[in-house]
Amino acid sequence: MKKQIQIQDHVLLLKHKKLDDKALEGLLNKYNISPKQLPKVYKKDPALREIEDVKAGDIIEIERDSPTANKTKFYRVVVDG
Amino acid sequence: MQEYIYKKVNSIKFSFFSPEDIRKMAVAKIVTPELYDKEGYPVDGGLMDIRLGVIDPGLRCKTCGSKLKECMGHFGFVELARPVIYLKGANVIYDMLKSTCRECSKILIDENTRQKYVEKLGNSSRKAIAAMIKEKTKNVKKCPHCDAKKYSVKLEKPTIYFENDKRIFPIEIRARLEKVSNEDLRLLGYTPEAARPEWIILTNMLIPPVTIRPSITLESGERSEDDLTHKLGDIVRINQRLFENINAGAPEIIIEDLWDLLQYHVTTFFDNTTASVPPARHRSGEPLKTLTERIKSKEGRFRHNLTGKRVNYSARTLVSPDPQIELGEVGVPLEVAMELTTNERVTSWNIDRLKEFIKRGPKNYPGANYVIRPDGKKKKITDETVESLLEELQEGYIVERHLMDGDVCIFNRQPSLHRMSIMCHKIKVLPGKSFRLNPSVCTPYNADFDGDEMNMHIPQNEEGRAEAEILMHVQHNIITPKNGLNIIACIQDSITGAYLLTREMEFQREDAIELLLSIGWNDFSNFPKTKTINGRQILSALLPKDFNFIGYNMLHKEDEKEGMVVVKNGQLGKGIVDRAIIGKESGDLLRSMYIQYGPEKTLKALSNISKLGIKIVTNYGFTTGLVDTDVDEKIFIEINKLMDEALKKVDEFIEEYKSGKLEAYPSKTLRATLELKILEVLNKARNRVGKLVAENSSKDNPTIIMASSGARGNELNLAQIAGSVGQQALRGERINRGYDGRALPIFRKNDLGAAPHGFVRNGFKQGLAPYEFFFHAMTGRDSLMDTALRTPKSGYLYRRLANALQDLRVEYDKTVRAASNEIVQFCYGEDDIDISKSEAGSINVKKIIREAINK
Repeated sequence: MKKQIQIQDHVLLLKHKKLDDKALEGLLNKYNISPKQLPKVYKKDPALREIEDVKAGDIIEIERDSPTANKTKFYRVVVDG
Repeated sequence: MQEYIYKKVNSIKFSFFSPEDIRKMAVAKIVTPELYDKEGYPVDGGLMDIRLGVIDPGLRCKTCGSKLKECMGHFGFVELARPVIYLKGANVIYDMLKSTCRECSKILIDENTRQKYVEKLGNSSRKAIAAMIKEKTKNVKKCPHCDAKKYSVKLEKPTIYFENDKRIFPIEIRARLEKVSNEDLRLLGYTPEAARPEWIILTNMLIPPVTIRPSITLESGERSEDDLTHKLGDIVRINQRLFENINAGAPEIIIEDLWDLLQYHVTTFFDNTTASVPPARHRSGEPLKTLTERIKSKEGRFRHNLTGKRVNYSARTLVSPDPQIELGEVGVPLEVAMELTTNERVTSWNIDRLKEFIKRGPKNYPGANYVIRPDGKKKKITDETVESLLEELQEGYIVERHLMDGDVCIFNRQPSLHRMSIMCHKIKVLPGKSFRLNPSVCTPYNADFDGDEMNMHIPQNEEGRAEAEILMHVQHNIITPKNGLNIIACIQDSITGAYLLTREMEFQREDAIELLLSIGWNDFSNFPKTKTINGRQILSALLPKDFNFIGYNMLHKEDEKEGMVVVKNGQLGKGIVDRAIIGKESGDLLRSMYIQYGPEKTLKALSNISKLGIKIVTNYGFTTGLVDTDVDEKIFIEINKLMDEALKKVDEFIEEYKSGKLEAYPSKTLRATLELKILEVLNKARNRVGKLVAENSSKDNPTIIMASSGARGNELNLAQIAGSVGQQALRGERINRGYDGRALPIFRKNDLGAAPHGFVRNGFKQGLAPYEFFFHAMTGRDSLMDTALRTPKSGYLYRRLANALQDLRVEYDKTVRAASNEIVQFCYGEDDIDISKSEAGSINVKKIIREAINK
């Protein structure tokens, strides 16, 4: 049997998480923006492959390591393509 | 009165002028190449026809009735005797001729395929359809509509067409193109309402208004016409001759010759740099500047007139150093001060003072050059006008007076890469012809005095002056926003001086007071009453009286105790002041002062410390030379021993490598490991030589003083002079290039040793061996080339980066946003730290706590 590799388990891949509706609303309100103003990520991006049910317009929360602030959150809106 | 038109451009459409359009928009038909009649009056129907606009002051336009500058000019036209090809459309016509039938003017594809494309028209891109059709018509032999044979068409650049090697003239081409149906044109990518192909072949030609080709009246009263007028004259003249010849029934050859000449003139009118067309020239042999040349390239309308701007009230000259001038000042030559002016509005309080300026006039300093009346009329002050101007001067007038000490100016050195490249200085009028500059402000401008020139601008209203002084003054730029460190600080001599002073100097009270007086310091209220006064106490006199500070100097790394510099209540108790205390970037003392006492006091203190340092160095008689690097025989032997050991070690490594005993470093090949080991050994040896020389020199050795104060030079420089210049590196490797297997023919092939690969064992003082000299020259040339090539490259790269990032900003919610509010970062720098308020990117919490406790 072929061994299935989980990309999410790799140390170099940042933690990607889909925001639920409540968190999404909160985020947009916090920054007073529309999803259009967020940085983008392609739906076909390999990092999103293992997250279920991703569609255009969803917002992905990415946890990054930062040399100055340890861990920071970054948000991207999913776009087609 | 100026009229404002509030309209928003919604779209712009480009199209060709049809001959009818040209007739409609033209106000005059040009029929004669003559410009003026005997009385010097423009000829009706000539190129300078008064209906085409006004270029003389006082006259009114015959077409629109407005005055000079109000009338923007009107087009005229000429009716060409024979059509000519518009140069830039030559390729379009060429494509048309190739893809349409010469008999019936239909596209060379059969009806069915054509119909298919017609259906496609609405859906897919016109460009794609046109390209496909063009491809399809390429190999057709016969017209599918009328069975006419297809001829091969050739274009001889720029404007001559051949069909089966027989020339076809524009008249014939035009007739063919006229017959092409609108639908066919759409298939070929045209919008027939805006651009029919036959319009590319000119039958009527627009004559640009005189306002874009004004004539100049020379001093002798002669008129000199614009290049465009000359060219148009040629066109009209040949056109007239062509008309006459045609009407007289001249032989075809003559007509064709004239026709070609007309084509040439029209071609060069549009573009005088066309390939394979000899440029039209003045009588002097200089090529005419026609339409294309006016717009194109560096001297063209865009780059020269629209993007490039010139300003008044500015000066540019050489810069030279003056250590006596204040940091916030700039020495301005008298000649500049008398040419540039600043303005003062007349009030009841200053009217008498300003009258004195006017009385002295433009030739006596400080005088004034112009008086501006409230209605905006500017009057030059001359011997004739002084009296009347003095009489009429009243409140509300503006006087443009000469620059004087204390006026503000904006000073700049290109390239202006960061905000400290443009700073505000106070003017100090000095004799001489160069701008004088305190050497300490060279750093922010990146200036030196090997021929650098700098620019000065004078703000011309109160707002500008206030803004310059409050926002841009040197004192507000001591701290760079790059990393929050101080960019303006003591340099070179002043550091050496402060180091000498605080290390061990002692003065008699009288001498100390004289020293301080000599730099302009006369506050001795806090001065110790003792008979002898040490250097630290002298420096303390310049510090604020309640200043507290703990800092670490350059010794701190090796010796914690000696490395402390402590200022308590304005008294420098212990510690040697060196680069880490008052130098740029590391100068902790200046930063503490900046926070506690603000920009003005800091700049003043810096200036005083700097001047004191220079004074000390001057009185000390500080000098340096090769003797500083002389060492005892004993030390010399030791140096040699060190070097020999290192070379022996290298040989051992090579031996190990050859016998295979060498162990490779992780992820390195055996050979790379060897290289690394050799470099390591040799560098270590050289560093030890430096240390050895430094340790065995007297502490009064000037070179050592400079190195240990951080003013200039280091142990490596010392090692290179006294010991060994060391390994020469080309592109991060030892020197491997040259002959087959060796760098120079004096070496054995494939010798891995130190010397054959660019190790310079001798020091500069001993002198280099010929091969060493050669290696040294190799790396010298390489680094020279590198800087010469890299500077413009990286400069352009930086410019693009700066332009790309210029409208990013940090909002109040700490997000970084681009121009249209898109988020780039959710939290500035991920950690919310304002770099310009930090120290080298981080916040020194230890220092803050220490200062809090001390309070």
